[in-house]
Amino acid sequence: MNDEDVLSQKFKIKGGDFGKAGRTSTSIKEILKEIGIDHSIVIRASIAVYEAEMNVVMYAKRGMVTLNITPEKLHLKLEDEGQGIADIDQAMKEGFSTATHEMREMGFGAGMGLPNIKKNADRFKITSISGKGTTLDIIFCLNKTESK
Amino acid sequence: MTLREIKELLHAEVITGEDSLDIEIMFAGGSDLMSDVLAFGKPGILLLTGLSNTQSVRTANIIDAKAIVYVRGKHPDKEGIKLAKEMGIPLLSTKLMMYATCGLLFSHGLPGVSDLF
Repeated sequence: MNDEDVLSQKFKIKGGDFGKAGRTSTSIKEILKEIGIDHSIVIRASIAVYEAEMNVVMYAKRGMVTLNITPEKLHLKLEDEGQGIADIDQAMKEGFSTATHEMREMGFGAGMGLPNIKKNADRFKITSISGKGTTLDIIFCLNKTESK
Repeated sequence: MTLREIKELLHAEVITGEDSLDIEIMFAGGSDLMSDVLAFGKPGILLLTGLSNTQSVRTANIIDAKAIVYVRGKHPDKEGIKLAKEMGIPLLSTKLMMYATCGLLFSHGLPGVSDLF
């Protein structure tokens, strides 16, 4: 944790645990509300982290969310260990999905997750190594002039 | 339109949130796909869905939905109801199908989320 951080917290996500899927995002939303982050940013960040959490649950073995808040920005980093994404450009296309029937029954897996995260974030970076895992950096500017 | 008026219009059963029926609902949106709800949903929405697992409740919480109406007689499980109680999200269930539910609400003046945003 850097000196300038207002808050820094880590959350573990278990892959394949559909029953608990979404718990981390619910907790993060509560934290953001409690510390008084602007409501529209709370909603956008909650949507982005929920989609990202569902991706970890659906596709990875395990993952970690790191929430870092400074006066300037809210940074959500999601790192997972799992199959990774072979073709990121393809994965970013709306409607592209490799979801199973079980995932679709949960109401997810329609190929909207990553595009939805990108749409909500002010800055979004995705890196992945096929067979190892994926890292997402989802950033929201808390300075109103830079924010969406 | 209040949630109570919606309940009567849809002949819906209140699963939880009996004391919140006087809240005002300004618009609604329907989908069984939670990613779509996360993409089009706006705070204050009345969520109409046939997806009755706990993810419907979590999705409603994430987007600050006012309430959920389950269509086709769907009911969430105990875990979903418990979660909705904790989060203060009223849950209703109607035997009507999605098309009829949306049509009835729309024809009685409740706009869709896409009409407003």
